Amino acid sequence: MQYAAPETTKAAVSLLAKAKGSAYVLAGGSDLLVRMKGGFIEPDLVVDIKRIKAMREVKKTASGFTIGAAVPCAELGENKALLKAWPGVVEAANLIGSKQVQGRCTMSGNLCNASPAADSVPALVAAGAKAVIQGPKGKRAVPVEQVPIGPGKTSLKKGELVESLVLPARKPRSGDAYLRFIPRSEMDIAVVSAAVNLSLDAKGVITDARVSLGAVAPTVLLVAAAARAIIGTKLDAAALDKLGAAASAACRPIDDKRGTIEFRTKVAAVLAQRAAKIAYQRAGGK
Amino acid sequence: MAVLVSTTVNGDHAEFACEPNETLLDVLRNRLALTGVKEGCGTGDCGSCSVILDGRLVCSCLVLGIEAEGRKVETVEGMAHGAELHPLQTKFIEHAALQCGVCTPGFLMAAKALLEKNPDPSEEEIRFGLAGNLCRCTGYDKIVRAVQDAAKVMRGA
Amino acid sequence: MPLDASYHAKSFKSVGTRPLRPDGIDKVTGRAKYGADHNMPGHLVGLILRSPHAHAKIKRIDISKAEKLAGVKAVLTAADLPDLTNGDQGMFDILDNCMARTKVFYDGHAVAAVAAVDMATAKQALKLIKVDYQVLPHVTDVDEAVKPKAPLLHEKCFTEGGESKPKNPSNVAKITEFGHGDVEKGFAEADIVIERNFKTEQTHQGYIEPHACVASVSPDGTGELWVCTQGHFVYRNHCAMLLGMDVSKLRVTSSEIGGGFGGKTHVWMEPVALALSRKANRPVKIVMTREEVFRASGPTSATSIDVKIGIRKDGTITAGKAELRYASGPYLSMWGELGAMTSFACYDLKNVKTRGYEVLVNRPKSAAYRAPSAPMAAFAVESVIDELAKRIGKDPLEVRIQNAAKQGTRSSYGPVYGPIGIGPTLEAARKHPHMKAPLGKNQGRGYACGFWFNFGGQTCTDVNVGPDGTVTLTVGTVDVGGSRASLALCVAEELGIPYDQVKCTVADTGALGHNDMTDGSRGTFSSSMAGIFAARNTIEVLKERAAKMWEIPVSDVAWENGHAKAVGSKYGNLAPLSLKEIAAAAGNTGGPVAGHAEIVADGAGVSFATHICDVEVDPETGRSRVVRYTVIQDAGKAVHPTYVEGQYQGGAAQGIGWALNEEYIYGKDGRLQNPGFLDYRIPVCSDLPMIDTQILEIPNPNHPYGVRGVGETSIVPPIAAIANAVSNAFGVRMTHVPMSPPRVLKALEAAKKTKKA
Ligand SMILES: Cc1cc2nc3c(=O)[nH]c(=O)nc-3n(C[C@H](O)[C@H](O)[C@H](O)COP(=O)(O)OP(=O)(O)OC[C@H]3O[C@@H](n4cnc5c(N)ncnc54)[C@H](O)[C@@H]3O)c2cc1C
Ligand code: FES
Ligand code: FES
Repeated sequence: MQYAAPETTKAAVSLLAKAKGSAYVLAGGSDLLVRMKGGFIEPDLVVDIKRIKAMREVKKTASGFTIGAAVPCAELGENKALLKAWPGVVEAANLIGSKQVQGRCTMSGNLCNASPAADSVPALVAAGAKAVIQGPKGKRAVPVEQVPIGPGKTSLKKGELVESLVLPARKPRSGDAYLRFIPRSEMDIAVVSAAVNLSLDAKGVITDARVSLGAVAPTVLLVAAAARAIIGTKLDAAALDKLGAAASAACRPIDDKRGTIEFRTKVAAVLAQRAAKIAYQRAGGK
Repeated sequence: MAVLVSTTVNGDHAEFACEPNETLLDVLRNRLALTGVKEGCGTGDCGSCSVILDGRLVCSCLVLGIEAEGRKVETVEGMAHGAELHPLQTKFIEHAALQCGVCTPGFLMAAKALLEKNPDPSEEEIRFGLAGNLCRCTGYDKIVRAVQDAAKVMRGA
Repeated sequence: MPLDASYHAKSFKSVGTRPLRPDGIDKVTGRAKYGADHNMPGHLVGLILRSPHAHAKIKRIDISKAEKLAGVKAVLTAADLPDLTNGDQGMFDILDNCMARTKVFYDGHAVAAVAAVDMATAKQALKLIKVDYQVLPHVTDVDEAVKPKAPLLHEKCFTEGGESKPKNPSNVAKITEFGHGDVEKGFAEADIVIERNFKTEQTHQGYIEPHACVASVSPDGTGELWVCTQGHFVYRNHCAMLLGMDVSKLRVTSSEIGGGFGGKTHVWMEPVALALSRKANRPVKIVMTREEVFRASGPTSATSIDVKIGIRKDGTITAGKAELRYASGPYLSMWGELGAMTSFACYDLKNVKTRGYEVLVNRPKSAAYRAPSAPMAAFAVESVIDELAKRIGKDPLEVRIQNAAKQGTRSSYGPVYGPIGIGPTLEAARKHPHMKAPLGKNQGRGYACGFWFNFGGQTCTDVNVGPDGTVTLTVGTVDVGGSRASLALCVAEELGIPYDQVKCTVADTGALGHNDMTDGSRGTFSSSMAGIFAARNTIEVLKERAAKMWEIPVSDVAWENGHAKAVGSKYGNLAPLSLKEIAAAAGNTGGPVAGHAEIVADGAGVSFATHICDVEVDPETGRSRVVRYTVIQDAGKAVHPTYVEGQYQGGAAQGIGWALNEEYIYGKDGRLQNPGFLDYRIPVCSDLPMIDTQILEIPNPNHPYGVRGVGETSIVPPIAAIANAVSNAFGVRMTHVPMSPPRVLKALEAAKKTKKA
């Protein structure tokens, strides 16, 4: 195995594009090293992006936040402005693994690992985040939900990598929230999860919303029907019922060691409702 | 092909040669003889390999040795100052926060990182702060108490 | 001097205090050496090739390519470990488990091994070994395995111990029966009889340190083994037999041990490491991965238990019956038997009958796990007792008090009890403030009792007095959780000297006679007894030396508070001689001062516990959380109370994990799906509350200081206590453990439906 730690995105792209054999980006390594250890992959080249300065920063701009691909999740929790604007995204990122894993793992890695149970991805999808992709043919930005295309598979082409994630600027009276179900209190992979992002008008009526679900389908789902169920409401009991029903209806889960179809379908509704209530409150709704 | 890595471990300059796919855990244990860093799983799940890398708590089993180039690594072996134990070390012994003790180096590093960020944590903050470290012997009760007590000493309260 | 083990009440100076442990500093500074921390000059890396199949015939193993790989120094199959067990079936099973011979019996079963110059080469060599398997149908579920048409593990397995010799082979290897009275008559006398089936899934001890060893065998037939084990003497005996070595030529050193809980009472890859070393003529180090630990060490049994109990309206239990099926992996064991023995041990029953079944399945060979077999049996029995109490409108705690076994009770497994602690722990529970604490929303409180025998066994201990009067206590029982401090306390007590004048070390097998395992909660019980005897023998020597120094008859010398005293007015002006003074003069009075003891420690003294727990359940997700927990247990005498508390807390935490989330999950293909700590979910710090403890001391009449074993009983009640708490919160009876969220949610929904209907 070859290891490279380039200092610019350009150099990283060129290494990846020229690589013969299997080449992997190394961000926090909390997925990559586990897969190497288990013998599931034997990379010929690993490109460590943590020495690329631009990728180590969180930048606040007029159009929102740009989060470099190599920023460990622990730093997101320490960024007060980001936490204030996108508490749901930050709490999702800070649920990944342990304090130890937090010190290393990145949201971009979480996204590119393409697990349907990835914690930060539903929150990013609900937030309407975009992934900025750099490749041999230049730069493009896509909605994050277009990056993973199935368990362990992404739409990235050879030589491409995610350079940063962009969160949009916040409207007033907005809030987001992420909840996952795990059997323990920490150190588990989500059995099912839900993220809700919404904005209110001055009267507390929901004007727009995005609802997404994790671990209930091969990729994270953006559930438009669930969003429709609460738009135009003050999140009253009827709206919550509809939201729950829409969430359950969207689930296409499997039975596996972590949970059953029945359980995931039921709890998806519960989490969507609970997350909606938190997001609503964060947006200033009463 | 082995590569040469130059780094700082517990304040001292250290150099080693390692394979690029070798973990920092293996390097510390096998090449630098720092066997206080334990391997309980090798996959990030148990925390017994915890070290502090450039001020951040990490699992050394999820770091490549080569990534340590130019960085600062702290392990349990560097916790005491000469003959004087770190308050966490003293309190772990006093409170019997260890039975078999194999998880202890990891807990000490995690607790140190926790108290550096939050000198006066609540019980809940301690419990969540240490959730990445598994202990199968103690039921955590005495570990939490030892950390509470050490925090008090370190605050000078 | 005759060894008098009986208990004599006395006031203690050292025993019962809480000194710092002698190995503490090494363990907080990273200096302590565990299994994987040891290296031998030029050692090779050993790796084991494991079966990917749950059940298969081994048709052929081709190691030729692996042997040719540069850097490979030895490749091994069962052919290199011929059967030397001489008809000893138990040892043959151990051998077959270490390296499969004709068949593989589970996912993870060892089929070959390599030793190479480094890890990368060893890994590559494993890939070059080709094994031809003929895959066979498998069975992993205990209830499926007993069905007549189940795939057979052993064609020649005819059930032992049943009423009549069976005509056909089956997966039931053995049946054992216990009890007395007439249960049918008892059920006829009952007002209410409840019969239920309970299932528990397989769990693992989950010690944080994986198995590790370094082995070195020379062509002259001598060998050394460094290993993390609960019993290096037993490992020595087993390895010597399997390799055809002389017992005394194999020296085994036990490392510091990173947890065992029963799982390190058994050899797994140690004979393989020795055989590889013999073949390569180089030291070999093998360290299991976590995945190997889960797949191929010794988890505890999955069980299916039918319990039937009858009760009268006045609260008297009239009869109890249990059929207990314990999966033991591919080989005969005694787990069903222990379940049958322990199931009703807490109660004074006129009529009781239990039958334990040893069921063979395609899972790893089950090993002991802390009070092995008792937690599952207690779950079943304690659940039904709770339910019966509610049905007759009585407090479940009062019903337990009413039926509790006491001194003179004939136990359900045979012996008549001496003084025991079940009644006192229940009374203490009744008075405990926890019982009166208010419960929050969605919370329920449950209690349950537990029992464990505790073991004694062979023990050999030395006391050596140094020239400066400090004392070395040398024991052969591995320290799994602070026993070196406890043992030093006992010897200091007996000699009448301060604790810090005694240093306790665990010796290798070359330094002492045979010692049994540290299991069955025997470490402190039996080594303290042997230590006390060795101290008494030392005192005799010290008295003789003092007599010589004074030139008076030894019969006029007494030992008091660490000093020799001349007894009688004629020696009025002779100042007492301290141990230090006698030691300093030893060179002129007959040489070094020492005392030894070799015993079979008997009468370990049964121990009982009652636990109280509060559980909160999220009714929408089925997730349970323990919010308060109290352990009340009889210790006999708590030598070092802090470590006794630690044992109570640790056992309770393991029981909580077992109750809520831990389980082996097998796929349809018979392969283990969760061989890692991410999906085998042991409790993390944020899952648990503080665990309160109350130590009762009802002296064990068979130990000089009244000590009983304390290490195991604490894991017995939690499963039942939690199930009872969930039942009290929501009126649902959980009969399948773990009570994972999907199971609890399903039960809650079903209960809602029946309520509506
Ligand atoms: C103990 C433990 C607990 C965990 N718990 C959780 C959990 O609770 N929730 C959860 O969601 N996940 C969890 N994970 C998985 C993992 O930590 C997360 O998915 C994490 O976010 C991955 O980030 P990383 O930076 O470490 O990724 P890496 O391991 O560095 O990379 C992951 C994958 O993405 C690719 N990649 C990384 N960065 C880029 C990029 N910029 N462009 C293109 N490709 C890239 C890599 O090549 C690799 O294939 C856990 C892992 C461990 C070991
Ligand atoms: S060994 Fe690194 S987390 Fe377990
Ligand atoms: S003390 Fe043994 S694992 Fe923590």
